[in-house]
Amino acid sequence: MAYSDKVLDHYENPRNVGTFENDDEAVGTGMVGAPACGDVMRLQIKVNDQGIIEDACFKTYGCGSAIASSSLVTEWVKGKTLDDAAQIKNSQIAEELALPPVKIHCSVLAEDAIKAAISDYKAKHQG
Amino acid sequence: MKKPIYLDYSATTPVDPRVAKLMCSYLTPDDGLFGNAASRSHQYGWDAEDAIDTARKHVANLINANPKEIVWTSGATESDNLAIKGVAEFYAKKGKHIITSKTEHKAVLDTCRNLERFGYDVTYLEPKSDGLIDLNELEAAMREDTILVSIMHVNNEIGVIQDIPSIGKLCRARKILFHVDAAQSAGKTPIDVEAMNIDLLSLSAHKIYGPKGIGALYVRRKPRVRLEAQMHGGGHERGMRSGTLATHQIVGMGEAFRLAAEELEQDYAHALKLRERLLKGVSDIEENYINGDMERRVPHNLNISFNYVEGESLMMALNELAVSSGSACTSASLEPSYVLRALGRSDELAHSSIRFSFGRFTTEADIDRAIELLHQKIDKLRSLSPLWDMYKDGVDLSTVQWTAH
Amino acid sequence: MIYLDHNATTPLDPRVLKAMLPWLQDRYGNPSSRHALGRQAKAALELAREQVAALVNAHPSQVIFTSGGTEANNLALKGRAMAPGRLQVSAIEHASLLGPARAMQREGWQLDRLPVDSQGMLDIEAAVASLNDETRLVSLMWANNETGAIQPVAAMAECCRSRGIVMHSDAVQAAGKIPVDFASSGVQLLSLSAHKIYGPKGVGALVVDKSLELLPLLDGGGQERNRRGGTENIPAIVGFGLAAELARLELPQRSLQLEHLRGRLEQQLAQQLPQAVIFSSGIARLPNTVFLAIPGLDGETLIMAMDREGIALSSGSACGSAQNEPSPVLRAMGVATELAQGAIRISLGKDNTEQDIDRLVAGLCTQVQTLQGMAAATAW
Repeated sequence: MAYSDKVLDHYENPRNVGTFENDDEAVGTGMVGAPACGDVMRLQIKVNDQGIIEDACFKTYGCGSAIASSSLVTEWVKGKTLDDAAQIKNSQIAEELALPPVKIHCSVLAEDAIKAAISDYKAKHQG
Repeated sequence: MKKPIYLDYSATTPVDPRVAKLMCSYLTPDDGLFGNAASRSHQYGWDAEDAIDTARKHVANLINANPKEIVWTSGATESDNLAIKGVAEFYAKKGKHIITSKTEHKAVLDTCRNLERFGYDVTYLEPKSDGLIDLNELEAAMREDTILVSIMHVNNEIGVIQDIPSIGKLCRARKILFHVDAAQSAGKTPIDVEAMNIDLLSLSAHKIYGPKGIGALYVRRKPRVRLEAQMHGGGHERGMRSGTLATHQIVGMGEAFRLAAEELEQDYAHALKLRERLLKGVSDIEENYINGDMERRVPHNLNISFNYVEGESLMMALNELAVSSGSACTSASLEPSYVLRALGRSDELAHSSIRFSFGRFTTEADIDRAIELLHQKIDKLRSLSPLWDMYKDGVDLSTVQWTAH
Repeated sequence: MIYLDHNATTPLDPRVLKAMLPWLQDRYGNPSSRHALGRQAKAALELAREQVAALVNAHPSQVIFTSGGTEANNLALKGRAMAPGRLQVSAIEHASLLGPARAMQREGWQLDRLPVDSQGMLDIEAAVASLNDETRLVSLMWANNETGAIQPVAAMAECCRSRGIVMHSDAVQAAGKIPVDFASSGVQLLSLSAHKIYGPKGVGALVVDKSLELLPLLDGGGQERNRRGGTENIPAIVGFGLAAELARLELPQRSLQLEHLRGRLEQQLAQQLPQAVIFSSGIARLPNTVFLAIPGLDGETLIMAMDREGIALSSGSACGSAQNEPSPVLRAMGVATELAQGAIRISLGKDNTEQDIDRLVAGLCTQVQTLQGMAAATAW
């Protein structure tokens, strides 16, 4: 299977690998996927007082496309408001990385990870 | 591009240069050896026939058979199809029950599935967690209407060696025909169709330094095994398999088998040394699981699962190595290996398995480089893996509620 | 040694061998493997598919590689044997077509032969008249392996198509010798072989209309889009691909050369062996094939004598040449058994020369004289 240059680049040099303290009030964590399906993504966002995502990081268990998809979205969400970040669509991710049809689910998972991280953050700040 | 280190000998092997050289003399016009073996009216045809007879002897010799018991095919897939469908159709009046195992090659499994559509009843034995068939279960599965037992000698993914002599004895005692897929074992471990009571045996050339596109089926003459032909036409191969014989391919297979017989001990010792080196080299990588029994196993195969790294990304990281995750015939799909699942491995471990298989032309330096890369890349991927973090934090992953997708 | 049995098999073109060698040696990957060596093999497989498709004006996705012409013919027929019906094949088909046809007959199919005329050409009116509602499949070879007679495939295909009948054509002997156009022919299944066009033995192809359902002959592994299991024979497939490409590019020049040589041969025969009867000479034939008989002489004996002279000929199909029976093709043409016993086939190749022809005719004349002398002496 041939990978696109962009997938290879993110895979070889993944951006923003890491972990934020889950107890931090400013952090939202999204973990999606399942080991049995072959991919698990953990995406974390750090949100400032203005509601802007200041920082993001990830760890992913999965194929090269899954790693690249999560690496890419950590770059994309940075600087965005929560609402703007929630607008990121899997099709944009797939297009940017030139994912083949069998790998579209990786971009879907990345979109789900963003949404999960945002809702985790919102849940922390309810009331 | 730098040539990757080839550690995928169970998928296919390079042709031994000695084999290639001999094949060439049957391809070029220079030696005048390109004839059609079915041409009975001139020297070209006779020369081709002689060459084919010699090759037949070499193949028969490796498995202790009579040359007359060898039928040429286009490869082990065709041999498996011919053996199973050929017996099923010929002996349909005697019975329609076949026994095989869940870890057979697709050529056997797909053929059996196809027969089920035509009213045959197939029992798929579940191997034990070491990959071996439970002989008691096999015996219990045998019935009055069982016509065939088909069990592979050596598994293509995990390299375990089935207890063929005992299975052969069980079959013979009940007059059930016994077919063995030996594509992965010929030249790797001794085969004796007499001592093992084998009635039909599938062979492939390209797994033992011969060319692709040629194989053979051993069909026992005493007591005689009958087959319904699957390829009809000019009546070649005593009516069992029609089609112009590909002389150069057959000559190549013959020479590969001759060399295999001559160098079996040497090849075995070489592979064993390499496997011990590899095993020792990776033993300090945490959370590794060897798939398949370590005692009853061919020496040129090591199948390992590395927990908490995903197989495909590991393959990608190891692009300097030509290795496979699961068998080559299924690796175009993203399903976890059905063989490892049949062994009771979790999907995660099945997903993260790598098959290393090596052979005559693999060097110690190749293995050392593989060990070095494995350490590097697994470290890198685990540093990316949320599962590895959780494992290190003492989280029991089986208790985690995963989001389905 | 002069080789004049190219319809049995051809020598491998040195250019084809050169293309094959790396795939036997350094590039040994299994195309199903996902590593670099596997992908390299896969790319070669797809290139060869394009080359073979181009030879017969088909789409690459319509090409299924097989182990040869026999397997292609078996797959074409048995692949369509979903439920029994009526199968009609011409009376001059090759053993590799009759074999599966008879196997289907044992499975309950009604097998009927389509007649040919005295020139060995399908009697198309009779053939069309014999089609009925039960007819599921018709098979008519593109050109006959013994006589070289070119068959009215497109005309028959049109009649089949208008009745919703699937048609197959065995083009093993025709491809590379005359233009074969799958797309415009109207047939849905077409068999090809590499070793008749200076490619290697052990590889062939079935070209299939993609809308046609086909049951695989070989189960397992899912190769060739699930229609033919088994590790692909990459070196041979690469060889087939190049042989097909060379045949396509060189076809005009090869057929001119062959027609020239055949003209020379037939002219010399007319002068020096006027008693020789050339079969199918009144219709379009493959440019390389001359099937003839000399009344009163046994073909096998003549061929053996010629072999001692260093000239390789045959009495007809290699696949039937073990039995000493007269050619079924000639029988279907209504040729008297005595004359048919005398049949010899000369099939020329692209590397034959005028000198080869001259030596052949000289050799034939000598041997015919000797044998006739012996026959006369015995009779006396």
